[in-house]
Amino acid sequence: MSHLPALQIVLPLLAAPICLLLRKSSLAWLLALGVALCGLAISIVLFHRTLNGEIISYAMGGWEPPWGIEYRVDRLSAFVLLIVSAIAAVTFAFANRSIAREIPLQKHSLFYTALLLCLAGLLGITITGDAFNLFVFLEISSLSSYVLISFGRERRALTAAFQYLIMGTIGATMILIGTGFIYMMTGTLNMADLALRLPGVMDTNTVRAAFAFLIVGFSIKLALFPLHVWLPNSYAYAPSVVSAFLAATATKVAIYSLIRFIFTIFGVDFAFGEMPLQVILILLSIIAVFVGSLSAIFQLNIKHMLAYSSVAQIGYIIIGIALVSAVGLSAGILHLFNHALIKGCLFLAVGCVFYQQGDATIDNFKGLGKTMPWTMAAFVIGGLGIIGMPLTAGFVSKWYLVLAALEHGVVGMIIIISVLLGSLLAVAYIWRIVEAAYFNQPEAAAIERGEAPLALLIPTWILALATIYFGIFTQLSVDAAMQAAQSLLGGK
Amino acid sequence: MIVGLFNYWIVILMMMLGFYVVIAANNLIKKVIGLNIFQTSVFILYISIGKISGGTAPILTEGVEIYANPLPQVLILTAIVVGVATTALGLALIVRIKEAYDTIEEDEIYLQDRTL
Amino acid sequence: MLLATAMASIFLRDLFALVMLFGIFSLLTASFFLNLDAPDVAMTEAAIGAGISPILMLGTLALIRNTSAPRVKKTIRATMAPILAVTITGAALIYATLDMPYLSDPLAPAHNHVAPRYIQQSLQEIGIPNAVTSVLASYRGYDTLGEVFVIFTAGIGVLALLGFMYDASGRRYSQFADTASLNNHTILHVISKITIPLILLFALYVQFHGEYSPGGGFQAGVIFAVAFILYAMIYGLEAVYKVVSMRVIRLTMVVGVLLYVGTGVASLILGGNYLDYGALAHDPVHGQHLGIILIELGVALCVASVMLSVFFNFAGRAAVPPDAMEEGDKST
Repeated sequence: MSHLPALQIVLPLLAAPICLLLRKSSLAWLLALGVALCGLAISIVLFHRTLNGEIISYAMGGWEPPWGIEYRVDRLSAFVLLIVSAIAAVTFAFANRSIAREIPLQKHSLFYTALLLCLAGLLGITITGDAFNLFVFLEISSLSSYVLISFGRERRALTAAFQYLIMGTIGATMILIGTGFIYMMTGTLNMADLALRLPGVMDTNTVRAAFAFLIVGFSIKLALFPLHVWLPNSYAYAPSVVSAFLAATATKVAIYSLIRFIFTIFGVDFAFGEMPLQVILILLSIIAVFVGSLSAIFQLNIKHMLAYSSVAQIGYIIIGIALVSAVGLSAGILHLFNHALIKGCLFLAVGCVFYQQGDATIDNFKGLGKTMPWTMAAFVIGGLGIIGMPLTAGFVSKWYLVLAALEHGVVGMIIIISVLLGSLLAVAYIWRIVEAAYFNQPEAAAIERGEAPLALLIPTWILALATIYFGIFTQLSVDAAMQAAQSLLGGK
Repeated sequence: MIVGLFNYWIVILMMMLGFYVVIAANNLIKKVIGLNIFQTSVFILYISIGKISGGTAPILTEGVEIYANPLPQVLILTAIVVGVATTALGLALIVRIKEAYDTIEEDEIYLQDRTL
Repeated sequence: MLLATAMASIFLRDLFALVMLFGIFSLLTASFFLNLDAPDVAMTEAAIGAGISPILMLGTLALIRNTSAPRVKKTIRATMAPILAVTITGAALIYATLDMPYLSDPLAPAHNHVAPRYIQQSLQEIGIPNAVTSVLASYRGYDTLGEVFVIFTAGIGVLALLGFMYDASGRRYSQFADTASLNNHTILHVISKITIPLILLFALYVQFHGEYSPGGGFQAGVIFAVAFILYAMIYGLEAVYKVVSMRVIRLTMVVGVLLYVGTGVASLILGGNYLDYGALAHDPVHGQHLGIILIELGVALCVASVMLSVFFNFAGRAAVPPDAMEEGDKST
């Protein structure tokens, strides 16, 4: 039991190379799914154990930190671990049927290997308590996501992956520079140890620059406006499963790392007192909400549209974090969770459409309300979540965001207005799909194709139902986010 | 001060040259090479951190008291590997892009995607 | 010198010369590392930066059959934006240096918190003189595990991108045309017959002597791969294929990674923490020794086979007739 933190990462790492040897696609899929489910079980146990505020520390190689590498699970990381592994379990279940039509059979075992590596990388970033180890796992997840994106059918998947590779590597190198600077000033790489030793050297140019580089590096990774340019094409041209998996997890994990560095390592006083971080983050996030939502309205490719909508939603999360109040931070963390569910649900629904229609432009959605009722119902639920309708998960997090903004006077009002306008814009882009699906006659070919197979519908509906569940029974998610926020802000 | 920091300034200059090539180059291969120069300069920065005056390589032998700091060296061994992995992947992508677009100039690819 | 080569990279448009220049840049960097008392890193940089990377870049150039970048007329905005970004970043970096500890200052914080233990106690705790190897393989062995997986991921990626060729009738393409342009040089044949065994021998030395002198699994793996690559360049890919086929490479790649992960799992089962080699034998120092040998072997296997796999995928691509296509491309 005490080895659970290590097993969380080692299981996918162990399974990935084995997966490469499996020639049969279905075997590789079963292995990947099995590992994802085990990972989910482990993260539930870890989540449960950290609920009372306990911090689980695990010394890799038996070398106590700061000399060795430490794995550290607290409330926040346990929550993010849970999100990532839950989304992984659902999307992996979706993968089998979905990639059968999108990726040539010979490449299936390679695909699952890359998927497992990506999962291991993302979980590794979340669980580690060591700044350099974070960089290593960041690279595992990044490289495997470039590979996963390049599996897309169209040639633009290649250019999208290349652009992501260049920007992602610039981001990672900036993180490396920042980490180097703080090592230079403190002599340690362990996050908890850094938090202890940094205050002594806080007032130096080197630490200030390190902070700036780390923030910019992670902002590229989490696609904060204007560093988001890699995201829309990457998500639009990747295979459907990959879009769903990455959209729901990769940017979230980057946001987690940002929170970790700002709140745990540098501390609120430094980050928001000495550096003008709050103004910059809120300003950029508000622009992100508008630019993302406006661009989403004009997209013909629905995956493109969802990707731009992600840019906007990331804006909401960052606004919440930048408000630095307990309510704001928990709104951010809560939206991180809810958005993962909602975006996962939407991308999987689009994946169903892609599976049946062979593409996902707005024309492909015509009349699908009749021919693919279940898929479209799930899509509508997800869409309502994005808009932030009451009784969906999206409403809850936006509600807390508004509550947090109310404490902030004029700035707060601007934030509230942009949240409302952003939701109106979301209505506009979601409505286009609803209109196409429900107020148009289906083409003959679409009628013949009918509804997506159950193997695709079930994972989609799991996320759709979760969207509703966490919109009505908010206690579990809100408590987790609140407590995580409190332990970040309050006395450790 | 100038002697103590001169090394870092040169490293930074190189870093920025590489960074410039990455973002300004139109040719994809040039971008990858720029990325490599950028990263290699960061490696030099790290290794410089580990240097101690009067020290030798951190291979413990009798009679030697001062050694260079092994930790940055280890980190950079890892980072070099990460770098070559990225390069290999980037180049493989370039080969496929060339096959699909018949060009590796960024603006031409952009034009082809626009007219599609 | 370093600066000059880096500078030239901006203005060169001949890609071939640029790649060569990059090789020189890396070699200079490697000697600079040696100067900074980092022989392990120097060796790796020489093998990677001046060896593998240029080979891959040249391979790419050969595949795209295009060695010069056209002069591009850019608008003022298109040149100013990068210059601005670079200036800001550079200024931030210079700003950062102002409070930095000076170069080679023994009192710098970096040398006085975590690092001393590696120097002072690694001999008792791990029992090998090369402190870099101790930290790499044991204290921070988990980072190295991650590093092996990064390489593995790249191997997977290149395999997925370039490894699957089909001819016009849809059959898997595995015939290699004449890639051995150097095949007819007698001098090369004679020299390579002498040098290749020596290179292999050197790789083994680097592998197993890594605990006492600079070197280790990673460097050995690269050198090992280079020997095969050299052989392939002179005698052609098919000759190498007789020795190691793609299947074998795929297998050794997996075995290498699994050896590393497995060593960790073994220490879990034997009651230690993950990658705690001390649990592998009764005497902890002995266990450390065993563990390090095992994982270094894993690293070498994985690195060598990934490098070979990457090279074969690039080289195999070159031999493909133009009508053969990636299967995915057919649908578009």
